[in-house]
Amino acid sequence: MIQKTWWKILAVILLLYAIIGGLLLPVPRLPIVNESIRNLYYHVPMWFGMMVIMTVSVVNAIRYLSTKNLLYDIRSGAYANTGIILGFLGLVTGAIWANYAWGAPWSNDIKQILAAIALLIYLAYFVLRSSIDDMDKKARVSAVYNIFAYAMLFPTLFILPRLYDSLHPGGEGNPALSQQDIDPTMRIVFWPAVLGWTLLSVWITTLFVRYRKILDKTILHA
Amino acid sequence: MHKIYSILFLAISLLIPALLLSQPAGPIEMADGLRSSGKIYVVVAVMVTLFSGLVIYIISLDRKISKLEKESNQNHS
Repeated sequence: MIQKTWWKILAVILLLYAIIGGLLLPVPRLPIVNESIRNLYYHVPMWFGMMVIMTVSVVNAIRYLSTKNLLYDIRSGAYANTGIILGFLGLVTGAIWANYAWGAPWSNDIKQILAAIALLIYLAYFVLRSSIDDMDKKARVSAVYNIFAYAMLFPTLFILPRLYDSLHPGGEGNPALSQQDIDPTMRIVFWPAVLGWTLLSVWITTLFVRYRKILDKTILHA
Repeated sequence: MHKIYSILFLAISLLIPALLLSQPAGPIEMADGLRSSGKIYVVVAVMVTLFSGLVIYIISLDRKISKLEKESNQNHS
């Protein structure tokens, strides 16, 4: 499936729709956020995309541990790389939006703090990767750490924020998934945007993986 | 061939509900002026152009890597 081109075309169609529809289709008229409610189409898919990409990364880490095939280590690292880029874009776009909606780019909101912590845990993953020279040792240690970093996403992004008051909407329940949080008119752009950004991220990651496969060809087939 | 039809079907079925919506009116301030003057389409055009440029760049990278893959396969086999 990953070698085919149809999902790449689908990613481009969905994202073009998310850009055009996201700017032109009607949105609910709400105070404070006003027109900036449209950021939902661009800011939130970063986090949804990151969760999917990090899941792919941890699955490949587990596959490495069970097979000791370095190809899975390359994939796991590449997906984590793309995932953290999505996470940082989510954090930065959130800060830009917060500057207008909440009056400051950083309000020490529980979700802001914990999202930053989750990203810092993943940053340590890359420090770990780059600090071990031996390829097999690097792959093993970073796969184990990847599982820890992925497990930490759940308390930091899903559990702890719900125990405190947050400026983010949807604190009581599943934000963006429950019926009350997203107006039905916005769902028709939001979900295609999530799928589009996820597919585009996968596409960019496969390019990196293919490049690494060419570079490390001799090692992979040894 | 019917794979292409299924992509088109998926794309179109995602677009249809968008056409059935109407704009609700309210006292809350929105960028209605930007919309009625049609200048919003300028912004849409700029964003679509930027995105298309990035996609073309990714496609060219994809092609270059495919070429490298072919070369490296020939060298090793």
